[in-house]
Amino acid sequence: MPEPPAPAIEVADLTVAYRDKPALWDIDLAVPSGVLMAVVGPNGAGKTTLIKAILGLLRPAAGSILIHGRPYEEQRRLVAYVPQRGSVDWDFPTSVLDVVMMGRYGELGWVRRPGRRERELALEALEQTGMHAFAGRQISQLSGGQQQRVFLARALVQAARIYFMDEPFQGVDATTEVAIVKLLQELRGAGKTVVVVHHDLQTVAEYFDWVTLLNVRRIASGPVREVFTDENLRLAYGGRVAFLGSDGRPPEA
Amino acid sequence: MVASLLRDLVADHTVRTVALGAAILGIVSGALGTFAVLRRQSLLGDAMSHAALPGIAIAFLLTGSKAPFVLVAGAAIAGWLGTLVVMAIVRSTRIKYDSALGIVLSVFFGVGLVLLTFIQRRPDASQAGLDKFLFGQAASLLVRDVVTMAVLGAAALTCAALLWKELKLLAFDPDFAGTLGLPIRVLDAVLTGLLVIGIVVGLQTVGVVLMSAMVVAPAAAARQWTDRLGFMIVLAGGFGALAGVAGAILSSEASRLPTGPTIVLCAGAIVIVSLLAAPNRGLVWTWASDRRDRHRLRLDAVLADLYALAGQHGTLDHAHPVPVLEAMSAGHGVSESLRALEERGLVRQRGDEGWTLTPTGSNEAERRFRSRSTLEEGA
Repeated sequence: MPEPPAPAIEVADLTVAYRDKPALWDIDLAVPSGVLMAVVGPNGAGKTTLIKAILGLLRPAAGSILIHGRPYEEQRRLVAYVPQRGSVDWDFPTSVLDVVMMGRYGELGWVRRPGRRERELALEALEQTGMHAFAGRQISQLSGGQQQRVFLARALVQAARIYFMDEPFQGVDATTEVAIVKLLQELRGAGKTVVVVHHDLQTVAEYFDWVTLLNVRRIASGPVREVFTDENLRLAYGGRVAFLGSDGRPPEA
Repeated sequence: MVASLLRDLVADHTVRTVALGAAILGIVSGALGTFAVLRRQSLLGDAMSHAALPGIAIAFLLTGSKAPFVLVAGAAIAGWLGTLVVMAIVRSTRIKYDSALGIVLSVFFGVGLVLLTFIQRRPDASQAGLDKFLFGQAASLLVRDVVTMAVLGAAALTCAALLWKELKLLAFDPDFAGTLGLPIRVLDAVLTGLLVIGIVVGLQTVGVVLMSAMVVAPAAAARQWTDRLGFMIVLAGGFGALAGVAGAILSSEASRLPTGPTIVLCAGAIVIVSLLAAPNRGLVWTWASDRRDRHRLRLDAVLADLYALAGQHGTLDHAHPVPVLEAMSAGHGVSESLRALEERGLVRQRGDEGWTLTPTGSNEAERRFRSRSTLEEGA
C-alpha cells in the first residue's frame, strides 16, 4: 500500500480541562483528507470542546494539533467553522448578506471593508444554500433552518479545505436537513474534509463515511463500517443505547 | 421660552460652550454605547463610571491640578482598573458577572466618596468643585474642557470606524472571529477602552452616578428604529446629542437643576417615545398589528363556521343564529364579525333566524378553506 498523505487533521495527546474536570482526556485522532466525519458521543462527551480546541478557541492543557501537517495558526485559511446556531444573538442588527460576508473578513485583513467581490462571493454561497432570496433580510426574521443555511453560506465563502460544523442539524426541519446533507456530500465530492458534531445516531451510517466516537476519551475513530459498532456505542454511551438495525449492525450506507 | 432659549443658545458664549460639550458627550457615549448594549454589557458602563470617581480624586490629590486632562486621565485609569477587577473576579472566583459588577461599582464608588470628603475638608480652598463629578454640572464647562472632550471623542470614534468590521464581528460572533485569527482578547480590550473614553468624556457634564444611562439609553432607543448596525450607531449618537443638548440647556438656563439628572431625563423621554412609537418594534405598532391580525382571524373563523354549517345542511338557504356561531367559534365578537363580513358581501342576515353565506361568500370560503392545507405548506 502506498504511504498515505498527511492527514487533514492530526490530534495527538490532546487534553482539555475546565478547572479540575477533564473535558477531553488524551485524545489521539487522525482524520484523512476528503472524508465526511461525524463526531458522536453523549452530552458532555467533549464534542464541541474537541472542535473548539482544534480551532484554537480553547487552550488545551496538553497535546498538539496539526492541520494538513502544520500548526493551525499557519493554516487558518484552510479552515472554515460553523458554530452552533444558538451561540449568537439573532436579533443583532444586521442582514443575511452581511453575515455571509463575515466569512471573508479573515481574507480581507485589517481595516479594509468588504466590497463588490465579497458581495458576489456571498451571493454565490447563498445561492448554493438556497438562501439567495433572503440576502437583504434582517437576520431576526429567519427560521431556525434558514439561520443554519446562512451560517453554512458564511462557511462556504471561506473557500476552505476543512469544514468544522457544530450540530448543523440542531432544530432544523427535515427538508433543510436533507438539503444540508446534500451540500456536505458535495463538499466531500469536491475533495474537502468535513467534520460534523452530530446527535442522531440513526443517520450516522446514512450521512457519513467516517466517525469518531467520543466520551471524554476517544472510544473509536475510523470508517463508519468498521468502528460504528454496537460494542463501541456501548463503550461511548455506557450501554444506554440499543437501537441499531435488527441484526445489531448499523445499516449499510 | 423656547424662542428665548434658542436666542440664548446662539448669543451666549457660555450656553454655546455647554451645548457643544453636551452634544459631543452625547454623540460619543451614544455611538460607543451601541457596542456595549449589543454585547449585553450595558451594566459594565455603570461599573466603569462609578469606578472612575476615586480616579478623579486621586489624580487631584497627586497633582493638585484640576486641569480637565489630568482629571479625565485619572477617571479613565480608575474606570479601566475597575473593569479589569470585574474580569479578574469572574475568572478566578465563583462569583458571577452581575455580582462582580455590583461589588466593584460600590467599593470603588465608596472609596471615591471618602476621598472626595477628605479633599473637601482640607484647609486650602483650591479644591472646591470636584463634587460636580457626582451629578454633573454643565454650566462649569469651559472651552478647554470641551476641547479635551472633542479630541478624546474624535480619537475614540476614529478608532471604532477603522476597526469597524472587526468590532462588528466581535460583537456578533466572537468565536468565529477567533477562528479567523482575530485577536479577540486584544479587540475586547480595545472596545472596553473605547467605552471607558465614551464614559469619561461625559463625567464632568453628567456625573459618575448617571453616566451609564448615556451609554445605554441612546443605543436602546436607536435599536427600536433600525435593523442596520451602522445606522443604529449614527442614530444613537444623534439621540445622545439631542438628550445632552436639551438637558444641558434646560439645567443651566431654565432652572437650577443638576445637569446629569436633567440630561438623563431627556434621554429617558427619547427611549419612551422609541419604545412606544417605533415602526415594527414599537408597542403601539405591535398592539395595532396584533389587533388587526386577531380581527382578521375572527372573520375567518366565522366564515369557516358558516361554510361548515352550509356543508352539513347542504344548502345556503338555512340560516344560523348568532349563539350557534358563538358556540362554534368559542369567542365573542361574532355579531361584530358578521357585520364586517356583511359589508364585504360575504354573508347576509335572513330575518330573525340568523345568518348564512351569500353565494360570493360561499365561493370565497370554498377557495380559502378547501386549499388551506396547501396554503399552510407554502407559508
